[in-house]
Amino acid sequence: MFRNQYDTDVTTWSPAGRLFQVEYAMEAVKQGSAAIGLRSKTHIVLGCVNKANSELSSHQKKIFKVDDHIGVAIAGLTADGRVLSRYMRNECINYGFTYESPLPVGRLVVQLADKAQVCTQRSWKRPYGVGLLVAGLDESGAHLYYNCPSGNYFEYQAFAIGSRSQAAKTYLERRFENFADSSRDDLVKDALMAIRETLQGETLKSSICTVAVVGVGEPFHILDQETVQQIIDAFEIVGEQEGPAAEPDAAAGQGAAAADQGGSTDEGVAPMDI
Amino acid sequence: MASKQPENSLLGPEADSQRTLYPNVTGTSVVALKYKDGILMAADMGGSYGSTLRYKNVERMKAIGKHSLLGASGEISDFQEILRYLDDLILYDNMWDDGNSLGPKEVHNYLTRLMYNRRNKFNPLWNSLVLGGIKNGEKYLGTVSMIGVNFEDDHVATGFGNHLARPILRQEWHENLSFEDGVRLLEKCMRVLLYRDRSAINKLQIAKITEEGMTISQPYSLKTYWEFSAFENPTQGAVGSW
Repeated sequence: MFRNQYDTDVTTWSPAGRLFQVEYAMEAVKQGSAAIGLRSKTHIVLGCVNKANSELSSHQKKIFKVDDHIGVAIAGLTADGRVLSRYMRNECINYGFTYESPLPVGRLVVQLADKAQVCTQRSWKRPYGVGLLVAGLDESGAHLYYNCPSGNYFEYQAFAIGSRSQAAKTYLERRFENFADSSRDDLVKDALMAIRETLQGETLKSSICTVAVVGVGEPFHILDQETVQQIIDAFEIVGEQEGPAAEPDAAAGQGAAAADQGGSTDEGVAPMDI
Repeated sequence: MASKQPENSLLGPEADSQRTLYPNVTGTSVVALKYKDGILMAADMGGSYGSTLRYKNVERMKAIGKHSLLGASGEISDFQEILRYLDDLILYDNMWDDGNSLGPKEVHNYLTRLMYNRRNKFNPLWNSLVLGGIKNGEKYLGTVSMIGVNFEDDHVATGFGNHLARPILRQEWHENLSFEDGVRLLEKCMRVLLYRDRSAINKLQIAKITEEGMTISQPYSLKTYWEFSAFENPTQGAVGSW
């Protein structure tokens, strides 16, 4: 996108019917580190990449519990994300107090979207620079929504936002048809594999990612680092075993030599080193 | 030294004429119980103006949304006001059009908040409410008083019903009553109330709410028996003071 004379104000239309400030806000989401979400009929998993600025600092919190049945992962201006999370928590608490019942996630998402829209139609405001993946339960089951700075919201079976999210999206596009009937644990595995896609070769460790789960009968919670590392280790081992097995199939009659090749194309960790 | 109140305040002498101090047209007991398929509720159709039984066609039970049934005793105009609030609530709930709906638990809690907040302003809605319903197979029956006391139970009653009907229900209610048994039990309670509550009239309705919806009977009357020998010549042998 290039600068032009219609992009100073959010309340100025371009001749092509675009609001450039809103589109620039959506760019901010694309610059944030990746966040992904996927769901089955009964569970939703949210995951994000957590890169700390330096080795000295801790990483930013990008996944927030909104209520027992709703959680959100953000990408973009995390400060805006925190403010919106506080709004969502407030709405859930107020609804729960009045009706003693959890706020249906679909309604919260619409309220959030309407709040974002206001900022696209006031000259003294700016759009929120954060995209939200809202995971929550409803009377009709598990839902995953994406809320945009533009004030639009969409429901997804699986989605990824932030930098290098296209790699995760490609991975998810290949597998999403199976998600509806996936088990909770398979869903978590798929989430971690989607996160791995955004890392582009970097090793997937629980110290650089965060995973959270919410489902029917399972309140929203963030999985602790140990649990996540165990899951990663489990499918990395399976991955290495499959490597040597796949090569002989592909290169017929190469036997032991192919097995060695399979071992070395993996993440560089030999089976004996685990 | 007089401090000025804002115009809409409920404090100060001018405000007294706006606050509810006593009820004017009142309904008497409501009795309700859980049965196999949902909730059964009974209330007579009387509206008393003090000690005069002035109105004899007052429907004191109404359906709320798809899942709930509300019965009220106390000030009839306040009941009508509550119905207006609930009308708005259900309207906005339906406008979401998203497959979610407010069930009896949610409506009961909303009413509790409403009644309690009015009580805190010293301007109560002068009612005792019974809220029953069934949603997704789960039966719900609760009550809220004019001061905001709320609770759930398998059978509830308001006013005189608490003193005359509840003891009967405690003895004879059990889980999974059939519809006929439930109606028989409610009629037994309403008959006692008819005999002993001077603001009861012999014209009642019984409403039922199940997963299919709410139905309310046409008004009918109970058979009564006044020929008990103990009541003939009731003053014979009485010790008089003059």
